[in-house]
Amino acid sequence: MTLCAQNVRFEVRGRALLDDVSITLHPGEVLAVLGPNGAGKSTLLKVLAGELAPAGGRVTQNGVDIGHVPALVLAQNRAVMPQAAAMAFPFIVRDVVMLGRAPFRKISSRHIDRDLVEKAILLADIGHLADHAYPALSGGEKQRVHLARALVQLWGMPNNTTSQSARFLLLDEPTAGLDIGHQQGLLAIARREAEDHKTGVLMILHDFNQVSGYADRVVVLRQGKVVAQGPTDQVMRPDLLSDVFESPIRAIADPDGARDILVSSNAPVSR
Amino acid sequence: MTLRIRQPGGGPLNWAREQVYRVLCALHIRGHGQGAVNRKALSLLALLTILLLAVVISLGVGGAEIGAVKVLWHLAYKIGLAAGGVDDFSARVLDSLRLPRILRAIVIGATLGVAGTVMQSLFRNPIADPGIIGVSASAACGAVAMIVCGHIILGSHYVAFGPYGVPVAAFLGAGLATFVIRVLSRQDGHTDAAIMLLIGVAINAIAIAGVGIFTYLADDAQLRSLTFWQMGALSGNGPADVPALVVMAAGVAYLLTLGTPLNLFLLGEAEARHLGLEVEALKRRATIMTALVVGAAVAVSGIIGFVGLLAPHLVRLVCGPDNKIVLPASALCGAILLVGADAVARVIVLPAELPIGLVTGILGGPFFLGLLMREKKRRRI
Repeated sequence: MTLCAQNVRFEVRGRALLDDVSITLHPGEVLAVLGPNGAGKSTLLKVLAGELAPAGGRVTQNGVDIGHVPALVLAQNRAVMPQAAAMAFPFIVRDVVMLGRAPFRKISSRHIDRDLVEKAILLADIGHLADHAYPALSGGEKQRVHLARALVQLWGMPNNTTSQSARFLLLDEPTAGLDIGHQQGLLAIARREAEDHKTGVLMILHDFNQVSGYADRVVVLRQGKVVAQGPTDQVMRPDLLSDVFESPIRAIADPDGARDILVSSNAPVSR
Repeated sequence: MTLRIRQPGGGPLNWAREQVYRVLCALHIRGHGQGAVNRKALSLLALLTILLLAVVISLGVGGAEIGAVKVLWHLAYKIGLAAGGVDDFSARVLDSLRLPRILRAIVIGATLGVAGTVMQSLFRNPIADPGIIGVSASAACGAVAMIVCGHIILGSHYVAFGPYGVPVAAFLGAGLATFVIRVLSRQDGHTDAAIMLLIGVAINAIAIAGVGIFTYLADDAQLRSLTFWQMGALSGNGPADVPALVVMAAGVAYLLTLGTPLNLFLLGEAEARHLGLEVEALKRRATIMTALVVGAAVAVSGIIGFVGLLAPHLVRLVCGPDNKIVLPASALCGAILLVGADAVARVIVLPAELPIGLVTGILGGPFFLGLLMREKKRRRI
């Protein structure tokens, strides 16, 4: 039971944005996607979410080709947090979060929905904004609203532990626009979803140390191809990252921690 | 319970909204869950009451004034609550002139209100309206073409079609416009809502030019009936209206079920899909249904502008943007607006009658401007 891309190819006007990409997202793990701008990270996430249909290869969710599954069934087992979403009409924040319950509207109850929404609002730290109009929020606040919306979708039905299908959470640059405290909070939530609920979490990140700190595995993309894939400590090597990002990156020892800190530096790596 | 106000700032609108909330809070019907259901029910009940009031008032006014008591007595008699009706003259005026007219106003107003709400959500654009994507104008173009050239197009069959020829042509015009918009805005299996809106604007311009050409070709007798399609009228076409009215009722009933899908759509097409909505199917069904009901509305009454724009906005000012409430409330609000506009049209230039499209235009145009100004101010903040 995985979310799996097999030899996926995606092109726009003959230009390959993804070329022979194969990745597997397992339940209970946090997988980080890393790569320079234009590497195809967001495209990969959109293909995994079923938003873009691949020109070659296939994507399966819980063993079934997602091209053959109704959007509703996909939505009951997979939530996506987008980079930015605008709404033309002044919905209240709580109502926007409630939209995350839409895939379960036929089987859920008002009571369950309300409890989950309040819980997600607290987790995403938007309690003080819950009665505000969504369009009036700042970029970072909107991100947190969408985190809460993705969470209530992901939680599905609380008693549904017998379900055979694994759940997946896809986050597209979730930390963009968030202050440092909320960044750590979001990553901790993602980590906890993976550990406590056996959710497969995929997130596109730019901060190397957040990747090292929160991800179990890393996929590195460059120009639409997978250039490295594996456990975090094996992939997050300064030489590999310096090569992929074409910018010198070095590791320095953290006096208080076990893990090295990766820093970008224009200074020569060695004198 | 705390007071929830959506936007900070003063102004009479905010004041009015605050008062509404205050009353709702006092009645303990604001809030979530059960409370929200009550609020929805209460809003709809209030609108229904206003609609009934508007109907009674509208039945009374016109060339022959009929008192409210007389009107109510007659209505009671019609549904079997009162023994013995009102005087013969009043009964005849009410039964054969005003009641059918007002029933048409209710159905068409509700149709335009719902169609406007659906369009605004579908295009995620607060200024969308069935008129704007050219469906209304194309329907009118079809009707006008049939009036002017019907005997040429259909030849000897023209007489056989009788009164059905023109409504069917209006219908075909609306359908053709929708088809063209959909085909042109499709790309790689997707339709872009913004492109679709712009294509609709272009189609609208072409259809209006078409109406102009047929007007130029028309003779004096035809010109009189052309005015009807361009400026709108609720006088109707007798039994030829029945199929169109049935289409409107059925179409509106279907569109009213789209509350949650349209809410999801407002998040964006990708997000709606992530939440399990078959986006392309929704767009297809909603645009085709809207074209059907708008075509039917134009077939009965000609072009009546601004109701589709006004009704949903008025509703959102009080009830918020949730389409589960906005859809049914816009149906009622559209009906109220059209019944009211019809009453104005009948009394303002007695003994003549103003085309109803002029009344909605005169009232709707300034409202539209006000809406734009408000939007402009909000963007600047």
